[in-house]
Amino acid sequence: MITKKNSYLRPLDLKQGRIDMNHGAGGRVGTQLVDELFARAFDNDYLRQGNDGALLPVPRPGHRLVMATDAHVISPLFFPGGDIGSLAVHGTINDVAMLGATPLYLSASFILEEGFPLAQLKRIVESMAAASRACGVPIVAGDTKVVEKGKGDGLFISTAGLGLVPEGCDIGGANARPGDVVLLSGSIGEHGVAVLSQRESLDFDTTIRSDSAALHTLVAALLAAAPKGAVHVLRDPTRGGLATTLNEIAQQSGVGILLQEAAIPVLPQVAAACELLGLDPLYIANEGKLVAIVAAEAAEGVLAAMRAHPLGHSAARIGEVDADPHRFVQMSTAFGGRRVVDWLSGEPLPRIC
Amino acid sequence: MKYVDEFRDGALARNLATSLRAEVDPARSYSFMEFCGGHTHALARYGVADLLPANVRMIHGPGCPVCVLPIGRIDLAIQLALERDVMLCSYGDVMRVPASDGLSLLRAKARGGDIRMVYSPGDALRLARNHPEREVAFLAIGFETTTPPTALVIRQAAREGLKNFSVICCHVLTPSAITHILQSPEVAQYGTLPLDGFVGPAHVSIVIGSAPYEPFARAYRKPVVISGFEPLDVMQSILMLVRQVNQGRAEVENQFTRAVDRVGNRAAQAVMAEVFELRDSFEWRGLGEVPFSALKIRPEFATFDAERRFGLSYQAVPDHKQCECGAILRGVKRPADCKLFGTACTPEHPMGSCMVSSEGACAAHYTYGRFRDIPLVTAT
Repeated sequence: MITKKNSYLRPLDLKQGRIDMNHGAGGRVGTQLVDELFARAFDNDYLRQGNDGALLPVPRPGHRLVMATDAHVISPLFFPGGDIGSLAVHGTINDVAMLGATPLYLSASFILEEGFPLAQLKRIVESMAAASRACGVPIVAGDTKVVEKGKGDGLFISTAGLGLVPEGCDIGGANARPGDVVLLSGSIGEHGVAVLSQRESLDFDTTIRSDSAALHTLVAALLAAAPKGAVHVLRDPTRGGLATTLNEIAQQSGVGILLQEAAIPVLPQVAAACELLGLDPLYIANEGKLVAIVAAEAAEGVLAAMRAHPLGHSAARIGEVDADPHRFVQMSTAFGGRRVVDWLSGEPLPRIC
Repeated sequence: MKYVDEFRDGALARNLATSLRAEVDPARSYSFMEFCGGHTHALARYGVADLLPANVRMIHGPGCPVCVLPIGRIDLAIQLALERDVMLCSYGDVMRVPASDGLSLLRAKARGGDIRMVYSPGDALRLARNHPEREVAFLAIGFETTTPPTALVIRQAAREGLKNFSVICCHVLTPSAITHILQSPEVAQYGTLPLDGFVGPAHVSIVIGSAPYEPFARAYRKPVVISGFEPLDVMQSILMLVRQVNQGRAEVENQFTRAVDRVGNRAAQAVMAEVFELRDSFEWRGLGEVPFSALKIRPEFATFDAERRFGLSYQAVPDHKQCECGAILRGVKRPADCKLFGTACTPEHPMGSCMVSSEGACAAHYTYGRFRDIPLVTAT
């Protein structure tokens, strides 16, 4: 008599195993990787639908959707204060939230390099799952692909986010008006310096941690404190730092901006690291800060609401929007002079997000 | 930051500005050349120009090491990386300097050259140790400030008997550059470049001391004030220069006493002398061939000299026809006088080297000061 054996697949070796080309070939091994690692960690109703895409309810008429997408290629993958997984979740949620939207769903694609240790992958996926749960934004769709050794750098993650803009909310980079006040949610430069400190070629020890955080609750708090239509622009100063973000806004809105150098919060450790490395904190990336450009009469209320939120406790009023047709971002230096704060040119730090 | 913020104090700056305004002679003008790119950067970044009296003009000198590096030298480095499969290391500032054929080190890297940005020659030495199978070369640039570290790694490589490490030596000397400017026709003959004194180098002087400036202060009757790189240092030095001019003195004074003395760092001087010797002549971008103005590696260390090791021969390459970097480096023209400035030549697409390093006169003016070229919009 022939006994029928239950099909058996040896569990993933999450301690010693490594990604190989089979994981991307679409066979049982690939499915196993998705089931045992990704689906288990990200588990939610939408993923459990088990289809090629997630079925989502349509928002009510009058509301609008925001969609944002983000690619993450950071090196190193782990850094003080986070890793590529939590960064991917925070970064995408922030892009959605900067339009005043409530983030609802995320998707994530993973490009894995042959030979990548499963233990590291597990750590990253679990960190991503934890971040998504903490933010209350589920990862509802995903994909994995494997590339040959040498054709990737361990792991790249591409994410997309979908969010809901409430009726009547109109926030965008083109909305800054002369007379508006520029608010910043906290000290700048921590993410870039934390990542830089981990580079193999740089021997310096620091206690600086990345500020990587999801800002949607801070956005909700400041919007709740502002009269309708008083918040004109929200943007998170990531790559290129505060200087680049403000130049983008000045360009988009056709205005100038005048900053007060002394008002911009910078941690002394960050200032010291930048001094040593010849960098300017204004150009260093942040992953948990936002710039809010608001109508002058609403500025005090919005600032107070930001300061009352844990992610905005050191928020500050850093400058004003003016009617400069040349769209310069300028700064009154703490020294008493004045200068342009220009776009970032070239790259101070490779691959920081 | 302790020991840094004190030298960036706005209240002290206003006091100095008041003294300057009180002491300048309104009947005359003052033209001072800040030799170093570090001073140029400090003047621009902190908006010091706004605090100076209108009749004090600062002229940017040739002391930005990236700016005076001629195209042909970068070409040598690119040649090593692309044609000789050498792992080429250099400072971040050099990466974007335009070279021949539309290349730069950064673009050569995109074409497959193994080009690494390092923070010190020690990093390059470590790469050589960790990659014994590869040839590793360090493109060494800079004035006396960066020369001792290069000398140290060459000596260290010799002690370790490293077989795969070499240096393209482009180190240049400050005093010969200043003398060259003072002897230039614009200063010496025609007087088209009024020059009343020098803000002398900070870090260079830590190494060489203040004594090397004494002969030309005497011979050319030009005051020199050695100045630190912080904005208050520069302002105080300008005040000291104004006083020298007003009193008819031409002396070497030292504002940067917290780091510089008359003799300099003897240990650094010794290791430089051990490893390097004078070149008969060296091409500077903007200044042309300047006799005895640069260093080469001594024959005892020939195996670490990339030029000898790979049989490289230097080819001078002319600058873009309309590029005014040469005149700007000699102080004869200002960045905004150049047709290319801000149009064809920007920090994103530099045509000339002055637009590359943040210490370059053009880049500093473009990045921090170009609003002064157009009608100023008052802040709301």
